[in-house]
Amino acid sequence: MASAPSSYNAARPSGSGQSGPHLPDSARELVKILVTGPFGVGKTTLIDSVSEIRPLHTEEQLTEASVAVDDLAGVRDKTTTTVAVDFGRISLAGGIVLYLFGTPGQERFRTLWADIAQGALGALVLVDTRRIDASFDVLGLVEEMGLPYAVALNTFPDSHPYTEQQLRRSLDLEPDTPMVTCDARDPHSSIDALLSLVTHLIARHRTETW
Amino acid sequence: MTGRRSGRPLVPAYLATGGVARPSRNSLERLSVLTGTDGPLPTDLPAAQLTLLETLDGGSLTVVETAALLELPVSAVRVLAAALVDQGLVVARPPIPYAAQPDTDLLKRVADGLRALKL
Repeated sequence: MASAPSSYNAARPSGSGQSGPHLPDSARELVKILVTGPFGVGKTTLIDSVSEIRPLHTEEQLTEASVAVDDLAGVRDKTTTTVAVDFGRISLAGGIVLYLFGTPGQERFRTLWADIAQGALGALVLVDTRRIDASFDVLGLVEEMGLPYAVALNTFPDSHPYTEQQLRRSLDLEPDTPMVTCDARDPHSSIDALLSLVTHLIARHRTETW
Repeated sequence: MTGRRSGRPLVPAYLATGGVARPSRNSLERLSVLTGTDGPLPTDLPAAQLTLLETLDGGSLTVVETAALLELPVSAVRVLAAALVDQGLVVARPPIPYAAQPDTDLLKRVADGLRALKL
């Protein structure tokens, strides 16, 4: 479609017949992966680099819609927090459509998080190694939700060259949690990061069923 | 893009749903697939429900895509879509048919699909 964000997407065979937002007729199974991390870490960039549609977003209200109805009189001085949730879509072979949801990592978005995480395969947690402590909140949330995850270190030019061990220790990662470096602007690199997550999910499934 | 131009939503969420805060059915997830039927339109169909039906012209959409295109919160679209399903004007199907949970086979196919993108 004309608004495809990169030549990569425009060149995708599965996207070439799609001119609108509607699902491909072949769509049979819809799955989702959360792309999460602190503000400004590159969630939207990653989604944009791999999505076949221009990433869309929903404006999510952190209070129930009913609050606005019930408290109409108080609406003007009420601060209803709205947060934008970006998402993108990738059609895969065999009728699978993969959705990527860019989910804000802050603790105060817990309810929204739980709603988006429902039925998700897992989460890709983006970490900016220049501010590792900004990722603690989101790692806590992901673990609390019981969502399997992989860590992708989004590389920035001035990233500090920590060793893998140093990073694993400061992020307190389990030994089997994948940790990869990723350039969120690069579709191939982003797909590799997603693959490290999915490969991890397959391995986990094997261990659980045995 | 077929989304409306930027700016404020057509109608605030609480007006779009006619003040209804909870959907009449709880089965609609973000990735539930909505498809319009050719059922006869009642003359008194609320405008917001009609608008939702119109976005389904030409194909199916997930709940979350519908919300993005209508610039409404997902919670409001759940209410509207549930009302349309109740009236037989929309059919909704779950994201993954016949399965409660994604299984290893599905995960493998996702991995294969992602690898194929890199070729």
